[in-house]
Amino acid sequence: MSGLPDSYFGPGNSFTEFVGRAAPELLAPPGRLGGYGDGGIGRLGEPGARDGVGEPATATTIVALTYKDGLIMAGDRRATVGHQIASRDIEKVYPADAWTAIGIAGVAGLSLQLVRLFQLELEHYEKIEGVALSLSGKAHRLATMVRSQLELAMKGLTVVPLLGGWDGAAPRVFAFDVTGGAYEERGYAAIGSGAVFAKGSMKKLHRPAATARTAIRTALTALNDAADDDSATVGVDQARDIYPVVARVDARGYHRVPDQELARALFSRGGPAKAPPELETPSRPKGRRP
Amino acid sequence: MTLPLYVPPEQIIKDRADFAKRGVARGRPAVVVSAADGVLLAAANASRALKKLSEIYDRLAFAAVGKWSEFEALRVAGIRYADLRGYSYDRVDVTARGLAGAYAQSIAAAFTGDPKPLEVELAVAEVGPVQASDAVFHVRFDGSVSDELPWAVLGGARPAGRQAMAEGWRPGLSLAEAAGLARAALAEDGLSEDGHEVGLLRRNVPGRAFIRLGSLTAAQFEKPVAQG
Repeated sequence: MSGLPDSYFGPGNSFTEFVGRAAPELLAPPGRLGGYGDGGIGRLGEPGARDGVGEPATATTIVALTYKDGLIMAGDRRATVGHQIASRDIEKVYPADAWTAIGIAGVAGLSLQLVRLFQLELEHYEKIEGVALSLSGKAHRLATMVRSQLELAMKGLTVVPLLGGWDGAAPRVFAFDVTGGAYEERGYAAIGSGAVFAKGSMKKLHRPAATARTAIRTALTALNDAADDDSATVGVDQARDIYPVVARVDARGYHRVPDQELARALFSRGGPAKAPPELETPSRPKGRRP
Repeated sequence: MTLPLYVPPEQIIKDRADFAKRGVARGRPAVVVSAADGVLLAAANASRALKKLSEIYDRLAFAAVGKWSEFEALRVAGIRYADLRGYSYDRVDVTARGLAGAYAQSIAAAFTGDPKPLEVELAVAEVGPVQASDAVFHVRFDGSVSDELPWAVLGGARPAGRQAMAEGWRPGLSLAEAAGLARAALAEDGLSEDGHEVGLLRRNVPGRAFIRLGSLTAAQFEKPVAQG
């Protein structure tokens, strides 16, 4: 056993910077990852993303949307390598801290490392400074971490997160791109290969003033819609009884929604979320029954 | 030709120890005490901003007295040590013993090697699943460590506080009783109870066990803080 090395002393509140200084081998060095290739779960649908990594690894879908008291984030459970399914029950939505949820799309190994690093980054800051980062601060910090992986992204090893949290007064959602752009979204957001379809679904169904149960139903419906058109996404897997990972973040913090609650939200009142009345076929005016 | 003045090593060590002891004794005291529902930490601290207690990791906390700038650097280094270890291995692999050992080595190296010894005295506390598995490592200015006792009174020449703890402590103390002992141990200092910084490592909570409490008054402990 030895004392604390010199690199442990000095200013700084970032865990990633500290690891880079004290134990750089623990961070994925871009130069050594060129040959890793296809062990992952995603690219974002850009043909260029597959350059240099052989068989392309595809896809995952994460959605997030706000409701009247908070935010729901949901991620499907499929991981694929090429056209094969690598996992049916992978988890892609995690608590970043007590008030924030993070979802990830992209190469599995790097994604999970990013989540672990980001969780530690927030905890480390909070312990050293004595206060937690603001939600915007967390988003900016995550943007920097994503940007540091740009070189990997250019090789096709893409990792893109989705961040949602409670900022003390309201829920907020941030979507990211591979260059480290952090974009605050209004109401709802989606990342991953099925994002286009999921967004189309949420565009019709999202109601900012909805209850948590309705928002959960909308999120699950969006994943089901994405799974309908994207082979790399799975919605609710009823055959195996595997549900998406759904997190709720509200004034009381992060909470993983249990499967039973998901089943109730999805299947009670006669099935998946219906389009709001104004989008349905006009019904007959009330009071004039034949 | 002049010969350098010979100073026997005993004298050097004694001078350095006296210097460090005086520095530590000037500080207000802190206590760490194991109780049935967790490990209680308290410090007499007139400052709201400069903390003497800190969370280190899931089940680990830190208390120190002496020179703030010196123990603050050690506190931050301890958080880095714990977070890096947890990242390299697993969260359960971060233990008070490992951290106390690293602190002891660093403080001992500074005691003999640096221009001036560190004027700090610190404790690393770990809460276990049962009270018998709690650990309180007490590290002194020269790097000597002890973990025999389930409590520690940090800070200089106040034997009365230590005595109150030695006489009053028994296994299975409630948090309110432990707080009473802590109050008695800190009473010597003369700082009002508003000036107590209080922290608690809760027993059997998943994840991060450390919370800060407002004061050492018994009312604080009537509601089940351990459930948090």
